[in-house]
Amino acid sequence: MQRIRLRYAKRGPLRFTSHRDFARAFERALRRAGVPIAFSQGFTPHPKISYASAAPTGVGSEAEYLEIGLQSQVDPEQLRIALDAALSPGLDVLEAVRAGEGSLADRIDASRWRIELPEVAPATAGDAVTAFLAAPEVLVERMTKQGRRSFDARAAVVSCMVVAEPDPPSEAGGVPCAIIDLVVRQVTPAVRPDDVLSGLRVVAGLEPPVPARVTRLAQGTLTAQGEIVDPLEADREGVGIGGR
Amino acid sequence: MSVSSVFPQLEQLLPRVSKPIQYVGGELGAVVKDWDATTVRWALMYPDAYEVGLPNQGVQILYEVLNEQPDVLAERTYSVWPDLEALMKEHGVPQFTVDAHRPVRAFDVLGLSFATELGYTNMLSALDLAGIPLESGDRTVEHPIVLAGGHASFNPEPIADFIDAAVLGDGEEAVLEITGIIREWKAEGCPGGRDEILLRLARTESIYVPRFYDVDYLPDGRIQRVVPNRPDVPFRVAKRTTMDLDAWPYPKKPLVPLAETVHERYAVEIFRGCTRGCRFCQAGMITRPVRERSITTVGQMVKEGLEFSGYSEVGLLSLSSADHSEIGDMCSGLAQQYADTNVSLSLPSTRVDAFNIDLAQELSRNGRRTGLTFAPEGGSERIRKVINKMVTKEDLIRTVVTAYSNGWRQVKLYFMCGLPSETDEDVLEIAEMAHEVIRAGREAAGTKDIRCTVSIGGFVPKPHTPFQWAKMDTPEVIDGRLKMLKQAINSDRSLGRAIGFRYHDGEPSLIEGLLSRGDRRVGKVIREVWEQGGRFDGWSEHFSFVRWVAACETVLPGLGVDLDWYTTREREEAEVLPWDHLDSGLDKDWLWQDWQDSMSEFEQDDCRWTPCFDCGVCPSMDTEIQIGPTGKKLLPLTPVNGLRVPA
Ligand code: SF4
Repeated sequence: MQRIRLRYAKRGPLRFTSHRDFARAFERALRRAGVPIAFSQGFTPHPKISYASAAPTGVGSEAEYLEIGLQSQVDPEQLRIALDAALSPGLDVLEAVRAGEGSLADRIDASRWRIELPEVAPATAGDAVTAFLAAPEVLVERMTKQGRRSFDARAAVVSCMVVAEPDPPSEAGGVPCAIIDLVVRQVTPAVRPDDVLSGLRVVAGLEPPVPARVTRLAQGTLTAQGEIVDPLEADREGVGIGGR
Repeated sequence: MSVSSVFPQLEQLLPRVSKPIQYVGGELGAVVKDWDATTVRWALMYPDAYEVGLPNQGVQILYEVLNEQPDVLAERTYSVWPDLEALMKEHGVPQFTVDAHRPVRAFDVLGLSFATELGYTNMLSALDLAGIPLESGDRTVEHPIVLAGGHASFNPEPIADFIDAAVLGDGEEAVLEITGIIREWKAEGCPGGRDEILLRLARTESIYVPRFYDVDYLPDGRIQRVVPNRPDVPFRVAKRTTMDLDAWPYPKKPLVPLAETVHERYAVEIFRGCTRGCRFCQAGMITRPVRERSITTVGQMVKEGLEFSGYSEVGLLSLSSADHSEIGDMCSGLAQQYADTNVSLSLPSTRVDAFNIDLAQELSRNGRRTGLTFAPEGGSERIRKVINKMVTKEDLIRTVVTAYSNGWRQVKLYFMCGLPSETDEDVLEIAEMAHEVIRAGREAAGTKDIRCTVSIGGFVPKPHTPFQWAKMDTPEVIDGRLKMLKQAINSDRSLGRAIGFRYHDGEPSLIEGLLSRGDRRVGKVIREVWEQGGRFDGWSEHFSFVRWVAACETVLPGLGVDLDWYTTREREEAEVLPWDHLDSGLDKDWLWQDWQDSMSEFEQDDCRWTPCFDCGVCPSMDTEIQIGPTGKKLLPLTPVNGLRVPA
């Protein structure tokens, strides 16, 4: 069985695709694209697909990962093109590589997020971020499957800063838009960008007037320097299949 | 004038509502065209939630047919749930299409497909959100033409004030003809405004424009007459019939949603119409005559539809799929073609005979066993004669037992409650039948581990059926019978445990009855209910019987009628019915005779295998039965291996 790892993006309006929605669409795309997917044994065989932790519904992503098992060998780049064409525009397959040793999950322990806060001045956001980072612990609440629970949103945050951009993505001239770059370690319970936003509200009363626009920029292995290493890098070595 | 997307405003609201994916579009098969490059623009609406509306075949077919025209643009819109409706009102976001998020108000036509009357309040919500005046009389040339289609448009009188026009019957050709009329009128610079375009539509004699007809009432509340109020429109408006389904093989590119919907499958209509003659069945009556799609076209559609969509399930749909003249070859051919794949085939069938089981067995060849449903509809042999569902108790039990001995462990039996002339005994026989099914089934299967589900629907008399004159039973009577039935089923504990019981209570059926056979006065009730918050009336968690009754009590007494008058009252032969000026092709004398035959428990054969029984449709609509067999066979597919990589 050949194993292939894919990086894909959830963009624009299709960031509202939930993980379940994506999984259904992906299985249909495998059939549309004629991918020789391998199936599990048993009474109700299911296709061999395993997903790395998925971005929440409503959050865009440039760095979602999955691995599939195939019955026969295919060229990864041809596979990428076929699958990308079989999915709706906005669900874009960016890269495909032959899987090397080890598991994908073992190579993912942190994510980098970009949070756009329209109508929030960068300085206001900056103050809130400073207060958040200064706090030893920031308790926030979220509904989970076990009901409402309270947990610390601070410890998992590796770095958080307001970044300056030459051309901020605000709607009309004059409307400010703060942009936060955030790196968070994967922990349990998961600390998500909206938990950090809740944290900014808790420590500094930051209440964005319109919903934040969040995108996952990267996932991977966290280095000692706080950088994130692409989980496909190890697979890519010597294979040389480029991204897009 | 170009029209911009409302998505930037909508996007702000989506993180705050449930299942936002249903509002963003992005389906496979969806078409987005340049607004300015087109001349006639349709917004097609299924007035229910996206999860129910998206799979609707009618909308998908018209969407594709219209978008195939280079100068025509068609987009879709669905009902938004109350959470988003409230936010849209608060933030001034109008009703939008999911394709390009354009405001519905900007289109030339808003075409609504009503599968059920319970969507009427949702239409009002959509008009209100769109900024289109609720009443036809208040609209100007700036507003879309609000056009109703679907089965409910065979009596659009309750919504006559809210729609501008209604199309009866098949839509494929109708939408193209309407497009042509609008294209020409726009090219001329919209002469004569709204009245003129509606008049041009009415002159086709197959589009009903309610404002050109007046209704007079008798002192006792009945209708005296419905007549045109101008000389140049027809007295009666006729339904459309698309002949030769092979020439209309849609959907070719089915819409495949990202959101979860009620059906995730590629559906092919294998024939239209039905002449089994079940007397309660409006769909069967108004879609005559039977027109089959040939086995080869079906095979081709399945192949291309699966390749396009990536679905792994195929539904072979029609009103009684096992009746296709080549259904045996179709099922075995398809089963063979897809034997080594994960594709599963399903065939909704209501037939109660062994043939149904043969077909189901054929379809489950690759190991996937779909459920088996039988629909005797009536509990006693007497009531089955009344409704013209010809099956004896012995046949039914033999058939179900055959299913159990062929390995099925679970079957579903479908019945109705509240049928004309029904007694407690008729309903109680359902329990006896279910007991016998389990008893005989256990013996035949050699195991106690079998089940059957008894599912009961409420009978609603519908226009253009022999039961259009019938009275309904009150919800109290229906609920009483259902309670008795439940007790009777559980009177034997061992057998009762193997029988599941599902039913709808009588209240929603009564309101459906009001809306089905209502006249223009009922429009005031619909509006009152909507103003009091009525939405999504087809959903039990949103439907409020109390609200409907209260609205009837507020509105109807002033008009000299009441809820009972519309529902539990039997009509006489001479009464003018609100839909008499709408021609389904069925001869009213024939319908009356069939109603009389029903009451004397006299059965009517199917004109496909016995001589024509003169229901009137074929001569009056200039149509004929189109059935096979063609004698052709489905050949095994040559499997295409390898990736489909676009060039
Ligand atoms: S007119 Fe005759 S042949 Fe045609 S549908 Fe009616 S009964 Fe059948």
